[in-house]
Amino acid sequence: MNGFDLGARLLMQADQLQPLIEDLAARGYRVLGPTVKEKAIVYDTIARVEDLPRGWTDRQDAGSYRIERRQDQAWFGYAVGPQSWKRFLHPPIERLWQMRRSDHSIMQPPPQEKFAFLGVRACELQAIAVQDKVFLEGPYRDRAYAQRREDCFIIAVNCGEAGGTCFCVSMQSGPCAKRGFDLALTELMRDRHEFLVEVGSEAGGELLQRITSRTAAAADIAAAEAVVARTAQSMGRTLETNGLKELLQAHPEHPRWDDVAQRCLTCANCTMVCPTCFCTTVTDHTDLSGDVAVRERSWDSCFTLDFSHLHGGSARSTARARYRQWITHKLASWIDQFGTSGCVGCGRCITWCPVGIDITVEAAAIRATAPERPSSAAAAAAAQSAAGEAHPGGDRGGA
Amino acid sequence: MEGLERLVLEQPLFHGLEPRVGALISGCARNVCFQSGAYVFREGASADEFYLVRQGVVALEVHAPGQVPAMISTVGSGEILGVSWLVPPYRCMFDARALELTRAVGVDARCLRRKCEADHDLGYEMIKRVAAQLAQRLHATRLQMLDLYRSPAR
Amino acid sequence: MLDPWVPRLYRVTSVIRELADTVSLELRSADGSLNSLEAGQFNMLYTFGVGEAAISVSGDPSQRDRVVHTVRAVGAVSRAITALQAGATLGVRGPFGRGWPVGFTQQHDLVIVAGGLGLAPLRPMIYRVLQRRDRYRRVVILIGMRNPEEILYRPEIERWRSRLDIELEVTVDRAEGVWRGHVGVVPALIPRLGLEPASTVAMVCGPEVMMRFAANALRDAGIPAERIFLSMERNMKCALGLCGHCQFGPAFVCKDGPVMPLSRIASLWQHREI
Repeated sequence: MNGFDLGARLLMQADQLQPLIEDLAARGYRVLGPTVKEKAIVYDTIARVEDLPRGWTDRQDAGSYRIERRQDQAWFGYAVGPQSWKRFLHPPIERLWQMRRSDHSIMQPPPQEKFAFLGVRACELQAIAVQDKVFLEGPYRDRAYAQRREDCFIIAVNCGEAGGTCFCVSMQSGPCAKRGFDLALTELMRDRHEFLVEVGSEAGGELLQRITSRTAAAADIAAAEAVVARTAQSMGRTLETNGLKELLQAHPEHPRWDDVAQRCLTCANCTMVCPTCFCTTVTDHTDLSGDVAVRERSWDSCFTLDFSHLHGGSARSTARARYRQWITHKLASWIDQFGTSGCVGCGRCITWCPVGIDITVEAAAIRATAPERPSSAAAAAAAQSAAGEAHPGGDRGGA
Repeated sequence: MEGLERLVLEQPLFHGLEPRVGALISGCARNVCFQSGAYVFREGASADEFYLVRQGVVALEVHAPGQVPAMISTVGSGEILGVSWLVPPYRCMFDARALELTRAVGVDARCLRRKCEADHDLGYEMIKRVAAQLAQRLHATRLQMLDLYRSPAR
Repeated sequence: MLDPWVPRLYRVTSVIRELADTVSLELRSADGSLNSLEAGQFNMLYTFGVGEAAISVSGDPSQRDRVVHTVRAVGAVSRAITALQAGATLGVRGPFGRGWPVGFTQQHDLVIVAGGLGLAPLRPMIYRVLQRRDRYRRVVILIGMRNPEEILYRPEIERWRSRLDIELEVTVDRAEGVWRGHVGVVPALIPRLGLEPASTVAMVCGPEVMMRFAANALRDAGIPAERIFLSMERNMKCALGLCGHCQFGPAFVCKDGPVMPLSRIASLWQHREI
């Protein structure tokens, strides 16, 4: 037995985080963590604890993001920034292969560096789990993603501060990290600056052996739980998920879609910042000589006209249709496709929408003004035809 | 006339018609037969007769000088050929040419129009039934106009 | 196992110009490997440096040493594909998707409804049915085309039509000159068939508008939505269920389709731009 047991909880002094980082770097990990850059807290390579956003927090609301100085010097006293870990596990641009014209030989990129993530929030762990379902559990496995996931070392951090647009409690994805991490830290600032550490894997337990810690006392555990409990009480938003899937799928003609279409710029910010959005496009091109063809995959968004291009036009040409697609996919169709909601309650789409469209507000508006929920699609069709809707090819219901 | 009456009532157009009403219609009816290639009626002619095709195929065509006639629709067994008899000016819109040996029940339009004016029950049955065929034809024609199979290439 | 993102190399062994803008390519694997495909599935065909297009298999799946695709030139990739000569190399990924429900239809009456290029994805199913004719009861094939000069696979259709064990009707949207078939739309042919709803399975493929109206006519004839199958089409990039482009409601056309029963589609079809 080389490390601490799964579930073991220990107390670590803040000064032990540096050796932790160095140990990972020495073993070939590219250590990524939060850092202040361009007036935001983003994830980038870090070498030292000084790189962390010590004493910084964020103020988020619909369409608004600012970082601010805290009263204390907490290292993880913020919620989430514009990016998520998706930019490393599912990179914005990825070369799939290149082919030589002369012999049609194919070369694929070699396996990349391995990552260590420091500061992964519970909602982000959930988002990673959601993307695992997409990329690892379908009829075709995404090999590159699988490689990056397997090699990835995750140090989670339990939130001490709820963001202004957070609603992880509603989505049951936080604020406490439950699974999917190697180590989980809770920052404690009592008399001393310390971290409660929970061991989530064998690799985590092993790493912990190489730094100084002691077994957590009951008081330490209680203090950590209190931090999480306080965060859970101060969520910025709520989303009622009960019956939400059925609600959205039953009301594709709800007038609210017209309302949001007036505001939505289809700028695709929400899909870029969302930690679970996974859509990509594929581009094929050659180099200048024409001798080498390259296939790349890059982030795409259902908000673009091109996304649903078909026979010279777009199957979803209106903003109304595209917003409806995004939110219905995220909160409803995702459940049909992957068994979970696509939303983890991180609030990024609310914060980073330039016009402040709020997914929780839109869902609530539909719920508040939806007609009595029909019990089946056929009944929905009947309701709609009574309201004068044309229905081509509609299912008449019954043989 | 009994055989003819049976033929008339057999037509899908007249399914479920009261025998009294059926007799009124067959009073205006006769058996007709067109050889392959024969014209059933020509554009501009007086729409004096309409037909219930029993067997065979008739094409509706439009003729333009210097061009081969364009076929816009075919009418087969169980369908009504000719609708211009129902509304003024009672003039045939298109040429109708039998594509193969065609047997039909021909109905004298003037005779039937007179009877419809006198007997509104008969009139209503005729209008109802012909309207259903017209609606179907209109829908089909509109789909044809969409030219769905043309290439989407720009 | 080869990475599903990477195309396998195939050689064009024959090219048939079907129509002015439509070509059928017969392809054989460069390494001689055999196919295992089902009627209704599709491949992603890749031309060097230009890109990929999702094209349904249009040949006989029982001929495992070759695969046939019928392609219409409508965009950059399809134009490049239709310009290929015999001997050219092409990249192939696949086969992907759910095909026509073969086992389900045995001992049923079959109605196959094809519109325009929609006949291409149905042709493998027609081959299958004709190869095992005794396993089906009544077989009706309805084909709609633009005009008599643009009838895809015309010689083959004429051969099918001359068989005594299937019913086959061809209709065109308009005709000039010598034409003895129907002029009109395919859905109009359906009411006259006298179908038995309890034992009929329908397979429909063509432009989406044509499929909607054909499905309507089949429903009006009493065929239940679970036994009307359509081949859907949406923008495809990966064909692996990973890029998200081909979503149609909750379904991914590349893996939940392209063949889907009307019962799954009907509620989506009621709404614009889903």
